[in-house]
Amino acid sequence: MKALLIAEYRDGKLLENIYELIAFAGKIGADTATVLVGDAANVPRCSGTLYLADVAKYSEYNPELHKQLILAAVSKENPDYIVFSHSSYGWDLAPRVAASLKIAQVSEVVKVIDGNFEVGCCNAKMRRIVKPSTAKSVVTLQAGAFSMEGEPQGTPTVVALDVAGGGNVEFLGYEPAEAKDVDLGKAEIIVSAGRGVGKKDNIPVIAALAKALGGELGASRPVVDAGWVEHSHQVGTTGQTVSPKLYVACGISGAIQHLAGMKKSDFIIAINKDKDAPIGEVADVLVVADVMQLAPALTEKLRK
Amino acid sequence: MKLLVCIKQVPDMESRFKVNESGDWFSEADLAYRMNEYDEYAVEQAVQLREQLGDSAELTVLSIGPDRVVEAIKKALAMGCDRGAHIQDPAVHKKDPWQVASIIAEYARDKKYDLIFTGMQSQDRGSAQIGVTVAELLGYASATTLVNFEYADGTVKGKRELEGGIKSVVRMKLPALVTCQLGLNVPRYPTLPNIMKAKKKEIEAVPVGNVLKEDSLSASNSFYPPVKSGGGVVLEGDVADLVDKLVGILKEKNFVAK
Ligand SMILES: Cc1cc2nc3c(=O)[nH]c(=O)nc-3n(C[C@H](O)[C@H](O)[C@H](O)COP(=O)(O)OP(=O)(O)OC[C@H]3O[C@@H](n4cnc5c(N)ncnc54)[C@H](O)[C@@H]3O)c2cc1C
Ligand SMILES: Nc1ncnc2c1ncn2[C@@H]1O[C@H](COP(=O)(O)O)[C@@H](O)[C@H]1O
Repeated sequence: MKALLIAEYRDGKLLENIYELIAFAGKIGADTATVLVGDAANVPRCSGTLYLADVAKYSEYNPELHKQLILAAVSKENPDYIVFSHSSYGWDLAPRVAASLKIAQVSEVVKVIDGNFEVGCCNAKMRRIVKPSTAKSVVTLQAGAFSMEGEPQGTPTVVALDVAGGGNVEFLGYEPAEAKDVDLGKAEIIVSAGRGVGKKDNIPVIAALAKALGGELGASRPVVDAGWVEHSHQVGTTGQTVSPKLYVACGISGAIQHLAGMKKSDFIIAINKDKDAPIGEVADVLVVADVMQLAPALTEKLRK
Repeated sequence: MKLLVCIKQVPDMESRFKVNESGDWFSEADLAYRMNEYDEYAVEQAVQLREQLGDSAELTVLSIGPDRVVEAIKKALAMGCDRGAHIQDPAVHKKDPWQVASIIAEYARDKKYDLIFTGMQSQDRGSAQIGVTVAELLGYASATTLVNFEYADGTVKGKRELEGGIKSVVRMKLPALVTCQLGLNVPRYPTLPNIMKAKKKEIEAVPVGNVLKEDSLSASNSFYPPVKSGGGVVLEGDVADLVDKLVGILKEKNFVAK
């Protein structure tokens, strides 16, 4: 069995998520070849062929050209699986490759069970097994779902990859993340507000609990998008990654993009009225309650 | 200019999901439905562009699904879409992303839309495939995960959101498709006059058989809750008791003084 792994490169650097793809290939017992639009000084430690396309020529984001490059590698390797991270690069590019080859795509695989792919659904509350019916298939892997046991090893055989053509999306450059006025990364205790808090007027109740515990206020994305709390407090994939001693999630469902930012916390307390909320997967203590009743009562008790 | 926005109706994610009789998806009983969250941003952006362009533009909202999805179409019409297209499919959950995308592309092909909006993903399936696949099938340029959108003179300029909150600025010419991310804009609430006006707007009904030309490329026959891995405690009951228990735990773990 053969897997063609698609590495990522951003802002002049190879991204570490290639090692998650290698771990996945190990799990399904596949030999690997890798595609990278990058530079020769930044190649992953891996075995097999590395198809290297020059980023200076093909840009860090040019989905049409990157698709053509991957298709060129596919015709050389004839892989059973073409594997991406389910990342901003992967979910943008994977369907283009799948559609061009008219093959199945299985998105955001979390587990391999007897050679089949388990994926999440219904905001991570449920799971499904998805089986490709085509001989080849594209899979994207949930960030963090697969990890290597030991240190990555090996030196790939580098083969230059080139295709002709232009593109239909022009990349104009990056804009940095908004500056942070709080560094949640240093906080020992974080109390975060989620959409379950209900409205902006209720945020002070969560902030008061944070204060009573001597911690900082964090937030999930919808709370930030709605303007209830500033972006610098957002925890998750597109916010900050934190690992405090204590994380209290108030009215937060536990979507993967939120968990990715806080699941390494030492001790997690979740307050949620839904006993089945996926935050329960990572919580040391799940308190099933209305946070607007529980949080003020807890704050008051702590102040005593 | 012709605009299309694709929306999905999904169950409220705070629902308790039960497995249906065939074991391959949720049971429809006792669920409340709403417009997929990501698609609300797509509708809002499409409506804003429709307003920017004035009467030279026409905006269609499309949804594939059983009769209940007409409610979601009506909401989009009340937000400002001009007309609706309901692709009638009582069993859309049995179709794979390739088929759903092919249905949309088949409907859209001869209508020559200049710009198509979709959500970046659906909350129930979350494949994040359908938008880009539609664009590929139609030969349109496309970009995903937009948190910023501008249109002028046949060109879309957008910001794609990347991990860590970095943004990538991209530009493409029409015809194009964009997939919309949370926070792209502030979706409006339909006002009562607009809800009334929407009642007069046309909703075309298309039997799915007319636009389904493709077989599926993948299959799924299972739907189940995740195996509980964490050994966390679950506390339930009266608020005063819960507070006492929590304070006990916080003291035991030395987060508050004993
Ligand atoms: C590419 C991408 C990047 C993303 N990045 C991030 C990120 O960085 N950070 C992030 O947080 N999200 C991110 N998201 C969004 C993420 O997928 C979820 O939509 C989001 O985390 C949900 O936030 P929430 O839990 O506050 O809201 P919901 O999912 O709406 O959950 C609300 C919860 O509150 C509970 N609740 C309701 N009322 C009460 C009450 N009275 N008392 C107690 N509980 C109550 C409900 O049971 C529910 O579990 C991203 C999504 C994408 C696609
Ligand atoms: N049944 C449907 N009808 C119309 N549009 C849909 C449907 N399913 C998905 N979409 C669109 O495709 C996007 C991505 O969905 P998905 O690929 O399922 O994550 C959604 O945000 C919608 O815009």
